[in-house]
Amino acid sequence: MDKFRRWIASSDMASIVVLAIVVFAVLPATTDIFRLNLIGKYLTYAFVAVGLVMLWGYGGILSLGQGVFFGLGGYCMAMFLKLEASDPVSTKIQSTPGIPDFMDWNQLTALPFWWEPFRHLPVALIGMLVVPMVLAAVIGFAMFKRRVGGVYFAIITQAVAMIITVLIIGQQGYTGGVNGITDLKTMLGWDIRTDSAKYILYFANAILLFVAIFACRAVQRTKLGTLLLAMRDKEDRVRFSGYDVANFKVFVFCLAATLCGVGGAMFTLQVGFMSPSFVGIVPSIEMVIFAAVGGRMSLVGAVYGTLLVNFGKTYFSESFPEMWLFLMAALFIGVVMAFPNGLAGLWESYVKPWLLRERQAVPVPAPEKTPAVAEDPSEAEAASTRPVARSPEHAPASKNRSDGVDPAVA
Amino acid sequence: MGLSASDLWNIVVMQGFAGLSLFSVLLLMGLGLAIIFGQMGVINMAHGEFMTVGAYTIFMLSSLTETYAPSLMPYYFLVAIAVAFVLAFAAGWLAEWALIRHLYRRPLDTLLATWGLSLGMQQIFRSTFGAKEVSPTLPEWLLGSWSPTEGLDIPINGMFVMGLTLLVTGGVFLMLYRSRWGLRVRATVSNRGMANAIGINTRNTDRMTFAIGCGIAGVAGAAFTTIGSTGPTSGSLYIVDAFLVVTFGGAASLLGTVASAFGIAQTQSITEFFLTGSMAKVLTLLAIITILMIRPQGLFALKMRR
Repeated sequence: MDKFRRWIASSDMASIVVLAIVVFAVLPATTDIFRLNLIGKYLTYAFVAVGLVMLWGYGGILSLGQGVFFGLGGYCMAMFLKLEASDPVSTKIQSTPGIPDFMDWNQLTALPFWWEPFRHLPVALIGMLVVPMVLAAVIGFAMFKRRVGGVYFAIITQAVAMIITVLIIGQQGYTGGVNGITDLKTMLGWDIRTDSAKYILYFANAILLFVAIFACRAVQRTKLGTLLLAMRDKEDRVRFSGYDVANFKVFVFCLAATLCGVGGAMFTLQVGFMSPSFVGIVPSIEMVIFAAVGGRMSLVGAVYGTLLVNFGKTYFSESFPEMWLFLMAALFIGVVMAFPNGLAGLWESYVKPWLLRERQAVPVPAPEKTPAVAEDPSEAEAASTRPVARSPEHAPASKNRSDGVDPAVA
Repeated sequence: MGLSASDLWNIVVMQGFAGLSLFSVLLLMGLGLAIIFGQMGVINMAHGEFMTVGAYTIFMLSSLTETYAPSLMPYYFLVAIAVAFVLAFAAGWLAEWALIRHLYRRPLDTLLATWGLSLGMQQIFRSTFGAKEVSPTLPEWLLGSWSPTEGLDIPINGMFVMGLTLLVTGGVFLMLYRSRWGLRVRATVSNRGMANAIGINTRNTDRMTFAIGCGIAGVAGAAFTTIGSTGPTSGSLYIVDAFLVVTFGGAASLLGTVASAFGIAQTQSITEFFLTGSMAKVLTLLAIITILMIRPQGLFALKMRR
């Protein structure tokens, strides 16, 4: 039992295992298919949150346009599904059979050429990965090479989100406009609206999410991950050491964008539509708060954060709709002012020491104490080498606190 | 379809006026933010909501005047603008005290916190005034249009907004560059530590600056009630534009804000004449981003040691 507690407290693998148990066993066992589908939808946002942990927590780059990439991935999938749903037989009442219904409503008589490739599933699958990645690469190279960063980057990504939203809504003949692409039915003849399909998609989504988490964890553990942290904390020093900072930033931005794309495609499959309401500024900023609540430095925390905020949103908008925005406001402000490291921070600073202290208290007899003591410094050392992985906000916050105390003591 | 020379002239004048009108709207939006974001470096995502505070103030005062003192209808508007400034100023003062001052060192976190603030304010508006859009009853003299020649219509509310913009811009210039307060603000911006050392209370300066920026946002919101209606979420429509105006102009430069508002407004109203509204918006935004890519520091950058 003692060993188990220690493992839980000290290994980051343990938190992934616990999350896996929650996602693969607890949630499917305790909820009906309607709720499970809803959770599946939340888990697609978790891709964005995981991407933001890499981008924002590790890279120190705050993007307020992650919804764009989520939307692009989703639209790639939705275009394929829509084309399959609008075969000439089921659309024969239209004036031009064989094209999506919204095109027909907008007096289009032929499928636009850039829709053509999306008749094939492989194209859609590659598209959901590549389209967000390429856009991110273009924006990233343009911005980071010119050393646009921090606040300015956030504002520009916001403008990008606005551009894409306006474009999608404005070009309704090509994109379905404000309603988005709806009435999606089958994927290669497999009806995605049945309960069994929803189960399968939920698990497929969850598996992909864990693949994403492991991939990000792998990146964090390489030299690249260390460099990202170094870059976040002292960009100039990394640059003076001979690294091209911009390339690392572009990489992590592309990584986050690709994850968003996967999330978006899974969203389309599970929810059955895609619309510009997931692309704009508001959803993009909401996605940032998922990561912030979970803990901007913790991949697993981001998933919990996403689930928690979305459960809250669903619960409050069903029961007390007017309370939800206040709660959301409190969440934004609280997470910034009081808990800059989110749920994961609470775990690190309260639960973990408690678990570890409990273990120390158990061996009372003196002779057995020696190995425990010998073990402790090594752990303390491990902890002291780790602070790099903490959020930079930690330092000024604690400094302020001591500033406030000093005069009182004096 | 024969377009005579005078028709063409009228189109040019009306287009020019539309551009100028958009210019004054953008500038009015950007001015408060130019002080808060440009001078102080605080990313105030709730800026639009402070504008909405001003707009709702006008609405409240107009309905009050209508019920209790209908004879004062022609005059209430000017008083209401002053009240809008005071209320938004007070709200800004409070926000700075409760929230912003703790976050000066963490710009990205300020962004999230003020976004939260904006959500809260939106819900307060919705609970107080209802979810529907409202518009105040405007005094007679603000309605209608002025037609100096045949076929030329220039709306009076547009001219009013323009005049107000001129007044506010002039006021901000005077305050920033000709008053003790402006001197303190500029000193604090360029070197906080040194400003502190020579006895400027930078904390008070910060609070005052933030509150004045919010007050100007309130005036902007008040002016916009003459053009459109106000809803709880109207503020969020302006926020991206406002930030782009300030960023594009070069954050610390007030002149840059004026120039960028002018450039953006003219580009948009000219492209709008040839294309649909949404495409004009897209093209303008793309142009701004491209230029920002080439000149990340904006049009008018102040040379400053960091």
